[in-house]
Amino acid sequence: MTIDLTAAPALSLVPKAEAAQSAKDFKSDQEVRWCPGCGDYAILAAVQSFLPELGVRRENIVFVSGIGCSSRFPYYLNTYGMHSIHGRAPAIATGLSTSRPDLSVWVITGDGDALSIGGNHFLHALRRNVNIKILLFNNRIYGLTKGQYSPTSEAGKITKSTPMGSIDYPFNPISVALGAEASFVARTIDSDRKHLTEVLRAAAAHEGSALVEIYQNCNIFNDGAWEPLKDAGIREDNLIRLEHGKPIRFGRDGQKGVARRDDGMLVVVDDVAECGGDCLWVHDAHAVEPSTAFALSRLADFTTLEHTAIGVFRDVHRPVYDQLLAGQLEAARASGTGDLATLLRGRDTWTIGAPAAP
Amino acid sequence: MGQNGGRTHPQSSGLEGRHHAVAKPVVPLDKVIIRFAGDSGDGMQLTGDRFTHETASFGNDLSTLPDFPAEIRAPAGTLPGVSAFQLHFADHAIQTPGDAADVLVAMNPAALRSNLQHVRRGGTLIVNRDEFTKRALEKVGYQADPLVDGSLDSYQVSAVNLTALTVEALKGFAVTKKEAERAKNMFALGLLSWLYDRGTEGTKAFLTAKFGRKPEILAANLAAFDAGWAYGETTEDFAVQYEIAPAPLPEGTYRNITGNTALSYGLIAASQLADLPLFLGSYPITPASDILHELSRHKEFGVRTLQLEDEIAGIGAALGAAYGGSLAVTTTSGPGIALKSETIGLAVATELPLVVVDVQRGGPSTGLPTKTEQADLLQAMYGRNGESPVPIVAPQSPSDCFDAAIEACRIALTYRTPVFLLSDGYLANGSEPWRVPDVAELPDLHVDFATEPNHVDGAGNDVFWPFKRDPETLARPWAIPGTPGLEHRIGGIEKADGSGAISYDPDNHDFMVRTRQAKVDGIARSIPALEVDDPGDGARVLVLGWGSTHGPIGAACHIIRSEGGAVARAHLRHLNPFPANTGEVLRRYDRVLIPEMNLGQLWMLIRAKYLVDAVGYHQVRGLPFKATELADQIRELL
Repeated sequence: MTIDLTAAPALSLVPKAEAAQSAKDFKSDQEVRWCPGCGDYAILAAVQSFLPELGVRRENIVFVSGIGCSSRFPYYLNTYGMHSIHGRAPAIATGLSTSRPDLSVWVITGDGDALSIGGNHFLHALRRNVNIKILLFNNRIYGLTKGQYSPTSEAGKITKSTPMGSIDYPFNPISVALGAEASFVARTIDSDRKHLTEVLRAAAAHEGSALVEIYQNCNIFNDGAWEPLKDAGIREDNLIRLEHGKPIRFGRDGQKGVARRDDGMLVVVDDVAECGGDCLWVHDAHAVEPSTAFALSRLADFTTLEHTAIGVFRDVHRPVYDQLLAGQLEAARASGTGDLATLLRGRDTWTIGAPAAP
Repeated sequence: MGQNGGRTHPQSSGLEGRHHAVAKPVVPLDKVIIRFAGDSGDGMQLTGDRFTHETASFGNDLSTLPDFPAEIRAPAGTLPGVSAFQLHFADHAIQTPGDAADVLVAMNPAALRSNLQHVRRGGTLIVNRDEFTKRALEKVGYQADPLVDGSLDSYQVSAVNLTALTVEALKGFAVTKKEAERAKNMFALGLLSWLYDRGTEGTKAFLTAKFGRKPEILAANLAAFDAGWAYGETTEDFAVQYEIAPAPLPEGTYRNITGNTALSYGLIAASQLADLPLFLGSYPITPASDILHELSRHKEFGVRTLQLEDEIAGIGAALGAAYGGSLAVTTTSGPGIALKSETIGLAVATELPLVVVDVQRGGPSTGLPTKTEQADLLQAMYGRNGESPVPIVAPQSPSDCFDAAIEACRIALTYRTPVFLLSDGYLANGSEPWRVPDVAELPDLHVDFATEPNHVDGAGNDVFWPFKRDPETLARPWAIPGTPGLEHRIGGIEKADGSGAISYDPDNHDFMVRTRQAKVDGIARSIPALEVDDPGDGARVLVLGWGSTHGPIGAACHIIRSEGGAVARAHLRHLNPFPANTGEVLRRYDRVLIPEMNLGQLWMLIRAKYLVDAVGYHQVRGLPFKATELADQIRELL
């Protein structure tokens, strides 16, 4: 099911493009300087190809990034953009989005940028439900600083700063986002262009903040980190593809699935035939209560990547901060806009000498 | 001339027809300093504020100093829990909340003990006798009752049973004893209102608005206020009434205003004058929060206020809004500036307009949250990585915060730069009468956004160069998202002159660093020359100040001049860059004195830049300078 973004309420305030656009329109004149083989290239190409689908004017799209390899992204897009400082992109995007409802605002961040130095802003942007779309490139390593462990690196990981193995317990970004009351949470993979584009489409159509975690390969410092989810020979045994309204089945032949036990826990069923398929849990991305989405985010083994769910975990409607703010401004001006002279005078004045001009 | 300077005369016919039961003599005074002090829960700030409003409406010139603890409610009756409010009002122009109080209203022994140091010898003490119990006295270290042991013999003491009288006056009202006792501040206000012949209508209207939904509480407060007035009128404790004539201020419409309110109004005015929406990204912090509160009440002006998750997000959101074309502001105090520093650097690099308000308080670290200090000047000047020049503007009085805010916005918008507005706790909470400006006389801050390509590239194409500068101001074009054809990327990495592409070229970086500095230095061409106040034109000593020391320095110079001494003074509104004639002014004098509420920050900048052997005078006591102390320092140099 393809979403038609030209009619999406999330983009209703953004001026529509007059002519058809192509990926080429979104390529900037800057030379792309990621390492050869970096997963970021695939994401950039997918985003450039996807942006015309928004159907909005190019000048009304803004990409804001923090610091890190992924945060160079805005330079390569011929939209407006700001390459800001480490971890602060969601805060900057919040100010831009809330003051300019006519813009489509995107945040590009990484696992270190969003979850370590910028953890606070990440949480609160999601909580507020600001109308920004956050693309979190997760490669489980610090690339730009040349190979230290990140807040999503697996425990025990040996890196330049952890020669005896990391003793940090990793974050699960999807779980964190759900815990932060995010209204849209999804995960996809850099090398799966079709899935990536579908998830971007769903995020763009969502009113409010959207988190898209993109598993991205750093071929220099953490090559193959997501290989169990990419290798054509084994990935189907590990990937759980979530589709709203459909029973959760996975495995090479669809023989596996996710069911709900009597006590409410989600469990992996290795042979669906045993229950005739009726036991399978039907994924509901629109469920108001986030507990099941959270449970789906916990199925994965973070070391082996077995049972890693991808797709849209959660997509619910919640009042959008930008609209609430605009509503308050409108209500305050319902009986007229402010008059500066009246404000300055206040209600308690006195006059000295000749009566002042009114 | 203080309270003792007046002449006693019989009541004149001018007061006939008022509801005076007993005609008491009226003593005219030229000025009075009253200090209200009590427990944090006694409502002393409210009492002082109401007295101030009536005094302002009456037409006296005035200056106030709230002096309250950081703790919201320290234990009752203890020294840390004492909250005070000082008001100086006069029949002539005044510049400070006053050095020593003529009258102290002390609601309990703790208030007396901690505030007696602020009262001049011979001054009047009005104390709530009911609270002077053995236990309360012991709690604050009084071995004996000061009201009877003779230790207050050099003061005029009026011990009044404020609590008992209030409870007595409220007999028959539908309030509990505790509620009745809580109205004792209104009894005290009524008494003081009689003593200084203040109006009552404003206070009654205020109480009606405040307690309109609680008719019993309203009735009790009004009755307590009236009872206090009647007590003054009838009791023999108070033999005379005082009269302070209105001050001869310039013609105009006046109101009373605090620094934080004036600063908020200045920002709203600037937004109107620039025709840009005002955006505030902030995080609550004492003593700056009232700006957030005030601006959040004015959405009718299209003001967006966001209370973000932290100081960094506050300025981050503001910078995002600035990129989008808002007049963007962030407000904080020193600890918040520390957190915002990196984003201020990004604003320097991206050359976007942004006003950073620092309402300074005592530091370092948490320091003295509710007390004033001027110790963030060097933080504002240098507290960032790299060569990161930021203009600095400092208001000099509570009402001047209005004009200083407009000036900070003017610089930010004209030069596309972050600007520091350095207020302080004394200006923020202090108040004074303000002649309301005529809106038509305020400056035009209109800004032109970029709308067209501004460069032709090598291939002959029209392109937009985000870092192609205005030759006069060196400001770069402000092209906001939504402008077709001007799509561009900015950021914290060094940009190539003109094109704005990422550049690691050594010569380009050297050029850009020098150009950003030249842009800020060039602001000096747009600001007024430093003016010197030297009535006799023969002074050999100059007092140079900045910020909230304006009042105390003026009062100190007044003292020196009234003694026949010659002293010149000048006050810096712009601290970066300095006015172009600053060096020339400094070199005209044999001696230069720079008093500051820090350990010599402007002093260091002045000495370093102008090689002038200026002398510093420094206090960091969390309180404004006393004029007499400054006068002593000046006298030493004469």
